[in-house]
Amino acid sequence: MIRVRGLKKHYRVHKRPPGAAAALKALFRRDWQTVKAVDGIDFELGAGECVGFLGPNGAGKTTTLKTLAGLLHPSEGEVRVDGHEPQRRESAFLEKIMLVMGQKQQLLWDLPPAETFELNRAIYDVPKDVYRRRLDELVTLLALGELVNKPTRQLSLGERMKCELVAALVHGPKVLFLDEPTIGLDVSMQVAMRDFIRRYNQQTGATILLTSHYMDDVEALCPRVVVIDKGRLSFDGTLASLVQQVKPEKRLTLRFASPTTRAQVEALGTVVKFSAAESELQIPAAQVSAVVAKALGTLPVRDLNVENAPLEEVMSELFARTAADTRSTEAVR
Amino acid sequence: MSLWRPLKVLPTLMRVGFAESLAYRAEMIIWVFATTMPFVMLALWSAVAHAAPVASSSGRSWGSAEFVAYFLTMFMVRQLVSAWAAWEINFEIRQGTLAMRLLKPLHPVWSFATSNVAAMPLRAAVSIPVLVVLFAVGAHRQLASDWRLWPLVPFALLGGWLIAFFANVAIGSLAFRMEQSLKVMDVWFTCFFVFSGYLVPTDLFPPWLRAVAAYLPFRYQLGFPVELLLGQHELGSALRMLAAQWAWALGLMTVALVLWRLGVRRFQAVGG
Repeated sequence: MIRVRGLKKHYRVHKRPPGAAAALKALFRRDWQTVKAVDGIDFELGAGECVGFLGPNGAGKTTTLKTLAGLLHPSEGEVRVDGHEPQRRESAFLEKIMLVMGQKQQLLWDLPPAETFELNRAIYDVPKDVYRRRLDELVTLLALGELVNKPTRQLSLGERMKCELVAALVHGPKVLFLDEPTIGLDVSMQVAMRDFIRRYNQQTGATILLTSHYMDDVEALCPRVVVIDKGRLSFDGTLASLVQQVKPEKRLTLRFASPTTRAQVEALGTVVKFSAAESELQIPAAQVSAVVAKALGTLPVRDLNVENAPLEEVMSELFARTAADTRSTEAVR
Repeated sequence: MSLWRPLKVLPTLMRVGFAESLAYRAEMIIWVFATTMPFVMLALWSAVAHAAPVASSSGRSWGSAEFVAYFLTMFMVRQLVSAWAAWEINFEIRQGTLAMRLLKPLHPVWSFATSNVAAMPLRAAVSIPVLVVLFAVGAHRQLASDWRLWPLVPFALLGGWLIAFFANVAIGSLAFRMEQSLKVMDVWFTCFFVFSGYLVPTDLFPPWLRAVAAYLPFRYQLGFPVELLLGQHELGSALRMLAAQWAWALGLMTVALVLWRLGVRRFQAVGG
């Protein structure tokens, strides 16, 4: 469905230090700098896949999404979305896709969202009966009710974001690019959005590429993740293999029936968190059984839990490694 | 740019655009106040003509009645041949919000055009009291008496609006390349005020300045429809002016769409 080969997007930006002298100098001679937002990436997405596209700020995620949606022209490389070259922005392509950006809105600010939905119906030439059925489904799933008839400016951020999703889905896109769809939403609204996106993916078979800084979004929705950092891909695979590769150690959480000393806990492994009532340990995966047995034998354990390291930590570790690799490469040069 | 989809979407775009113009009615009224310069010029030129009629180099005599008819008609025509797409385009390019329009299978120029046109009924409504005054003071007697000119009026008004709109799109599209494209709009407006007949009827220009105005688009945007309504042209001259006006409209449309197409390639969809 989506094929990216050697994609590069470089920008030439004006560079000027602060100060009047620099401003004066820039009048006569401008210094330019090339920013490599995306620097040669390859990946593919099959039809119906829901993939997390992860990376730190400025990694190139949004640039890639905008290129896939046809908003940006690649500097180099080849991009195909369902057989289309996105930058040509053919109607047949635009009818199949949608990009939802958590920080940009398409809803008409002073009119109710229902007006934007109707406008999109007309623009995408959706038959009226299909539109009514789809809108009813979306409004019910997102529990919007009469909110769609209130002016957009009077809606809360979460309500607006739900309406943005409806506006984006009125034409039933086959490919959905979601850029931070849950940004700024409260926890319950995030859960509602995740449920909705999962259901849309399952019911319509739409292909979804999602960026988010909330790892809960990724864990809930994306069996596969593609990680980009400094414009280059650093990982492409399942979430489980990412964790296995980056932070294979397990987290053992112990809750105690009576107060315990730090020394007693340290005897079991690396302590991540400690309190007299509850502690968290990091232990090699191969030693889980042995450590659990030892803990049960030597400590007043009331309850225990073994799980992978939190995805946030896995990502931090991965980004830190990439940064260190870049520094060492630059040092060698 | 295929025409089928825009024509199909047009009624919805117009309905939504009208609803938006109603939502922004306060801003609209403030904008209308900004176009009251013809009333100031009316007072000024009427005072001048009160002493003695003003003779133009073409031989026409401008008395108070002519100035009243000219500037009242000027106010009403201005409501119908104005566009503000340059501000919208400039803003959306700089903020990156144009991205949301570019994602849809409808050329954004259609949306900007309909949002401008859809506000016209409201702006035209503002002209009603002025029209009443025009009749009340007898200035309607200055309107064209040759009935053959009247069928040309809708085309002249449309041509004037097309010039205004595509000049806006062309200048707005400069924001793809320039940081301050609205400064170009300021220059356009300065020339517009001088050469369109907005402040001074071009008939009162010295011959060399009138010749310059004939080679610029501004008179065709505003002055010509007013002159046509006031019957200041014979049919032959009116048709020649109309042809020149539409040549400007089509020329500016071509320039605007080329600038847009070249600019969109450079669009960086900043933010978010």
